[in-house]
Parts: sequence; C-alpha cells; structure tokens
Amino acid sequence: MPKVTMVQALNMALRQEMEKDDRVIILGEDVGLDGGVFRVTDGLVQEFGEDRSVDTPLAESGIVGMSIGMALYGLRPVCEIQFSGFSYHNFHQIENHAARLRWRSQGRFQVPMVLRTPYGGGVRALEHHSESRETFWSHIPGLKMVIPSGPRNARALLVSAIRDPDPVIFYEGKAIYRAFREEVPEEEETMPIGQSQRVKEGKDLTMISYGAMMRPTLQAAETLQEKDGIETDVIDLLTISPMDDTLFVESVQKTGRALVVHEAPRTLGPGAEIVSRLVEKAFYYLEAPVARVTGFDIIIPLFSRENAYLPNVHRILRAARKVMSS
Amino acid sequence: MPRKKITIPSKVESLSILNEKGQLDKTLEPDIPEELLLKLHRAMVLGRRFDERLLSLQRQGRIGTFAPITGQEASQLGAVAPLRDTDWMAPSFREMAAELWRGKAMESVILAYGGYNEGWPDEKEHNDLPVAIPVASQVLHALGIAWAMKYRQKDDVAMAFLGDGGTSEGDFHEGLNFAGVYQAPVIIICQNNQWAISVPRSKQTRSKTLAQKALAYDIPGIQVDGNDILAVYAASKEAIDRARAGEGATLIENVTYRMMMHTTADDPKRYRTDKEVNAWKKRDPIIRFQKYLIDKGILSDKKINTLEEDVKAEIQGAVDNAEAMMKKTIEPMDMFNHAYEELPPYTEQQRKEFEEELAEIGKEGNHA
Ligand SMILES: Cc1ncc(C[n+]2csc(CCOP(=O)(O)OP(=O)(O)O)c2C)c(N)n1
Ligand SMILES: [Mg+2]
Repeated sequence: MPKVTMVQALNMALRQEMEKDDRVIILGEDVGLDGGVFRVTDGLVQEFGEDRSVDTPLAESGIVGMSIGMALYGLRPVCEIQFSGFSYHNFHQIENHAARLRWRSQGRFQVPMVLRTPYGGGVRALEHHSESRETFWSHIPGLKMVIPSGPRNARALLVSAIRDPDPVIFYEGKAIYRAFREEVPEEEETMPIGQSQRVKEGKDLTMISYGAMMRPTLQAAETLQEKDGIETDVIDLLTISPMDDTLFVESVQKTGRALVVHEAPRTLGPGAEIVSRLVEKAFYYLEAPVARVTGFDIIIPLFSRENAYLPNVHRILRAARKVMSS
Repeated sequence: MPRKKITIPSKVESLSILNEKGQLDKTLEPDIPEELLLKLHRAMVLGRRFDERLLSLQRQGRIGTFAPITGQEASQLGAVAPLRDTDWMAPSFREMAAELWRGKAMESVILAYGGYNEGWPDEKEHNDLPVAIPVASQVLHALGIAWAMKYRQKDDVAMAFLGDGGTSEGDFHEGLNFAGVYQAPVIIICQNNQWAISVPRSKQTRSKTLAQKALAYDIPGIQVDGNDILAVYAASKEAIDRARAGEGATLIENVTYRMMMHTTADDPKRYRTDKEVNAWKKRDPIIRFQKYLIDKGILSDKKINTLEEDVKAEIQGAVDNAEAMMKKTIEPMDMFNHAYEELPPYTEQQRKEFEEELAEIGKEGNHA
C-alpha cells in the first residue's frame, strides 16, 4: 500500500468518486489549474475537464448556493471553500437552505452536497486562517459535520460524505495536511459517518478528541503510558454531528475519568456536548471532574503566540495528571 | 405598449495620461506641485524596495505569509495622495504602499507579518482601518463611515480598496448599491491586477470592464491606467472632490498587474506564463513616472541613486527595529488583551489557569 499524506488521500477520494460517478462535480475558488491552494484538487481538471472541476468567481455564497441548486437537480457537488474563515459568507445558504430543504419539501428534495474546507491553526497563517469553528456547523439540525484525523480516515470519510444523502460539512485540518503519511489502499474504502473510533485501548483514563488534535492527544497518551503508567482509552470522534456517544460513554463507564481535547474555544465547543452526554449517561461512573483542554475563549492570536493558544502535549499531560490525581 | 431600447446615460469613462513609453498627454496633465511629485516618486520606490525586502525576510523564515504589492505602486499611491488626514481609508491586504503613505510605520508592517498582533494598530493617530482579509468586506465599512460623515455634515470622504476578484462578492455590490442610494462620500478603488490567485480577470466576470459595474448603481465609474500615477491621481482627486461637494460615490478601476505571486504561499507558475509577466514589466509604473520626472527636469539618475541609498538605509533601520521588538514582544499572556473591554469572568479564569500553566511548563519553551 502506498504511503500518502492527507492531501493526497483526499485527492484520491475525489478522483475515484469522479471516475465512478459523473454526478460528482468539484467547484470553488482556484480548484482548477491551481489544484486548490492546498492542492487537494490537483490534477483533477486535467483529468476530468472544466465541467467537473469548476473554477468559480470569488463568492462563497455563490459557490454554496449554486451547489445547493446542483444537488437539488440530482448532482453530487463537492464544493471547496478556500479557508473555513471565509465560509461565513455562505453560512445562510447552509443554515437557511442546505440543511432544511429535505424538511421544507417534506422529503421531496434532498441536498447531497459536501462542503470541504480547511480549518485550524498551526501553519503560521494570516488572520482568519487558523480558527476552529466546528460548533457553528454542528449546531445546525439537518446537517452533518465531519473532521478526519489522518490520511486513511480522511479518504474513507470523504467518499462516504460524497455518497451521503444529506449535506456534509467536511473540515480538513491544515496542520495535518502534510504532517505525516499513512498507508491507504488503492481499493475503495468508506467509513460510516456518525461513528467514532477507539484508537487506543486502556483502562485508566478516557481521552476524547478529533481532527488535528488527535496527534498531541496520542502523544500525550504515550507519555502517560511510559512515564506515569497510566493506560488511556483514546476515542477519535471523527463525526462531530451527529455525535456518536456510544464509545466514549462505554469507555468512561470503564475508566471513570475523562479528558476532552479540542482547539476550538472552550465555551459551547464540542467538549461541552461531550461532557453533557457523560453527565446524562455515565454520571454515576465518574470518579473525577471531566477536564477540557481547549482553545481559550478568545480569538486565536497571530502565529507568534499561536502555540500558546493551541492545546499541546504539555497542557494535555498536565490536565490528565490532574484528573488522575483527583 | 411598444417595445423599445432603454437608453441609460453612461457615466463610465477611461483615462490614461502618461502612456507606456512615458509620453504625456499635455491636455490632461494634472496640476501636481513638484514637491508632491517627488514625494510620490519616493513613496513608490520605498514601496517597491520594502516589498522586495519583505520577500527576502519571508524566504528566510523571519516573517510569515504576505501579499506583495510590486507593480501596483502607482495604483495605490495615486489613489491615496489626494486624501486628507481627516479622511478614512479601508484597505484590503495589498495596499502596503498606501498604508505607509498614510503614516503606517514599516516596523508595524513587519511586526504584523511576523505574527505579532502588535503590528496592527498604527503609530500615527489617523483614521485608517486595519487590513481586511475577507475579500470585499471592507467596502461596506467605508460606505458606513461615509454615511456617518454625511450625517455629521463633514466634508471628509472614505476610500475603500479591493481587487478584481473582490468585485464578484456580494459585499462589493451591496456597497455600491448603498453608496448610490445614499449618495455617500465613498470612493471605491478596485485594483484590477488581472488575477485573483489563479483565476484570471476574464473568468471572474463577463463584463468588459470592472468600471462598468458602477452603471447598474448609477454612480460614476472610471477605468484608469493603474500604472500611470498621473491618471490615477487625477481620477481619484476628481472623485474625492465630487464626494466632498456632496455629489456622492465613485468606482475607480485601476488596470494594473500583480507582478509577483499572490502571496508568498502561492506558485504562479502553475497558472500563468512568464511571457505575460514580461509584457507587463514593460509597463512598470515606476520607470514610466521616472521618465516623466526626468523630462520635467526635476529628477536625474544621480538623484535616483541617492534616493535608492536613502530608502535602503531607511528599510534596514526599520527591519532592525522590528526584529528587536519581536525579540522582546513574546509575552504569550498578551493574547488575552483586547478581546473585550473587560475580560468576562470565565475567560479571566482561563487566563489565570494559563498563567499558572506557563509558570510550570512555559519554562520548557513550549509557549513562545
Ligand atoms: C471572502 C474571501 N474569500 C476567499 C479569500 C481567499 N483569498 C484571499 S485573496 C483572494 C483573491 C483575491 O483576488 P483579488 O480580489 O483580485 O485581489 P488581489 O489578491 O489580486 O489583490 C482569495 C480568493 C478571502 N481572503 N476572502
Ligand atoms: Mg486581483
């Protein structure tokens, strides 16, 4: 199996779906010749032509509104919003239409579109290029919100998102686009949306994270194992909405202790929902308060202080040890 | 009920005064005092050289991503030169030369591109807005400022900048429409540099010109040779004078060229040819203006050399200052500043927790 980056894995998913299904159309700013500013759509315009990988004028509301129309007509648009920081121009198209047309038409219509967009910090970027605003999307009923954590699950989840009958927001962590490689099989792979995954098994502490934060979380898990002898059960959420709580609830029923890591601001971040589910479903098993290691409730600073803002191994370790000692 | 053509009086024009060869249309030559001409020339050279220096700093990893302005010096300096201090400017992210002209320190530019929020506010107390990255969003802010100026019965104006790509955004059209409806004293400068990252002007809109977008909103629109600083100045001055006199908004399209990459993260070889870039080199705004000034007898090769030396030293001074500041300015706690007038209790608690953490683990150097 070839070892590829997440950018290449996503490209592979798009290529294979486009080959298979002529309803799949890519559209967005610079997705054609340029291959997208992160090169996720590299080579697709050459292979499939300008009708399948469509460079649009610079207008996000236009891109998403048009995608909705295409989806209503039976196509499977995969639109790219260059940075999630610019997806607020199209917020109303998602909240007011994409997420509601099935409901509004009482099942007559559906909007099977995917909105792919890079999110998160860690790449020394300009303002609006480092935020983590998954809460905005995961609060919208009728919409799905997926965040892969590496090449292999990114590829499989993107295929599933394209085939999903409902609109999906697909966040791609900039920090992990090229940070590491994984083996990804040439044969088709899908992964169910709405299912979390256990990536490490342990009995002492449940760690729940997703996206780019899986890396520091797993690194911390290793250190805890080696230095502290703490065995962690690590859950990768993969889908933020609809949130799958089966694994992490079951895990906490076993460990009694939990820690959530995300780079989004703390207040009303996905961690708030996770903790609520634990209170609802595992309250009597909890042996310590659940900890949240998150971005702070401030705007992420420019990159000289970015590392101070983003959760890192040290902060995760510190919080984990506190949970273990209380 | 006959069917007939509706004729709409067009207020759309084009303007060029100093052509590619540096030849002047005497009848259109604006009356600019010598001192201002030389000041503009210096600002163009400073803008170009500073841009080059920023690029080398970026390539050495001493600053982060930025959007070069090379080739667009006339297009932005000619536009802001007729503004007064009490006027307001709302830049996008590619108006560094205009910002320096309005009083921004080079140190601030370096600091901001170096990843320090401290670089955002201006040293000088004037009214310009910080850089706006969400394309075209600032047009509406300038419009609102202009509306407020009119409400307060001031004869000031607001000037917004955006690019050719920006004319596709709803915010641009909403701004033009509001400006027309309210006859607001706003001047919208579109720097048509032919590219929006990899998307050429021809794919951005079917319209022949960007200036003609003004027609739909019944405000004057003018397409100007943006590499001709005399034309840009003249068009901007007229628009500003009209706005001050209560005659409303203008859209100015400066036809220019983005000589460099979109930002330092971009590779233009993927989508455009050297041939195209080289053709535009011949239309360099600085060379053209220098020829005009030399013909006028107020500039010489010798003076240019002295100026270049001077500018180089000024830039070096700014780089040294900025790098010294960056060495000092790494207090991570400062990221909690300015989020609110007063930090809410739960955020304040987070700040305190972080302070404790820093005391414990910051020593290991993971927080800077
Ligand atoms: C609303 C929004 N969408 C996308 C981007 C990403 N982006 C930054 S600059 C740019 C192209 C801008 O082109 P143009 O308006 O012509 O200005 P130029 O960069 O040429 O100065 C894009 C797509 C952005 N900053 N804002
Ligand atoms: Mg442009």
